[in-house]
Amino acid sequence: MKWWHYALIISLLIAVLSPLASSSPDGLEKVAENKGFIGLAQSAPFQVIADYVFPGIYNEAVATILAGLLGTIVIFGVVYGIGWLIKSRRTERTG
Amino acid sequence: MHIPDGFLNVATIATTYAMSAGGVSYAVKEANRKLKEKHIPLMGVMAAFIFAAQMLNFPIIGGTSGHLIGAALAAILLGPWAAVLIMSCVLIAQCLIFQDGGLLALGANIFNMGIVATFSAYFLYRLATAVLGDSRKGRLIGGFIGAWASVVMASVACAIELAISGASPWAVVLPAMAGLHALIGIGEGLITGAALSLVLATRADLWQLQKV
Repeated sequence: MKWWHYALIISLLIAVLSPLASSSPDGLEKVAENKGFIGLAQSAPFQVIADYVFPGIYNEAVATILAGLLGTIVIFGVVYGIGWLIKSRRTERTG
Repeated sequence: MHIPDGFLNVATIATTYAMSAGGVSYAVKEANRKLKEKHIPLMGVMAAFIFAAQMLNFPIIGGTSGHLIGAALAAILLGPWAAVLIMSCVLIAQCLIFQDGGLLALGANIFNMGIVATFSAYFLYRLATAVLGDSRKGRLIGGFIGAWASVVMASVACAIELAISGASPWAVVLPAMAGLHALIGIGEGLITGAALSLVLATRADLWQLQKV
């Protein structure tokens, strides 16, 4: 196993821990609540996996873990793919 | 610090989208020039780690939570332009898949957490290691300072956008955002320092990797 395989496994383990996250509002939300402009917020016109809860699963912790694992894998794939594309386009041009 | 839709006015949305588009396309150009084969899996895993770690909100005082931004860690290990690309991908996925951060506010979110946070961290880290020496201690202290500053600077950028948009007056939103994020930044600094010392213990040669 290469080093980055371990790093990816650590990332997936962190995603599994995601139900332990604090559900308190974050810094910006808190300021918006305290200073009275939270009401301006509009929710998204579409919902895919809103609020990191995988839809259709009764157990919220399981739904959060699934959303986290899916997101971690998708992001890894997307960024790896973009890096590979940038690299291979250059190799084509120069080689 | 993901701004939802509704907080920003049209002028701020347009300006931040334009600045972020410029920054990201320059980052692609730089990556095109400098990206090496071995950067690719590291970039992917860095993005995956940042996404997962961003889900883990940690509590700070007064019923508030914070979470890692991750721009500092990415900028220190892979260079600021790779970090801009990584942060942009994470923020775009969070917006499109998880409805975290508004679609219209995406430009501002990329600007704050992808560009402002990245470069504040990178320059302060460089400054700190120039002053303290490029030793283990210098790198970890530089990492902590860079990470702390990245959160505070991103929150200041966010506050400026909110004030310009008329969501909240300057004198109210600027100190509130900077003050709260000066605390959240300590969490960012500790997590970044822990991740950096883990990398130093297992793959110190990553520091020799050419930065993007």
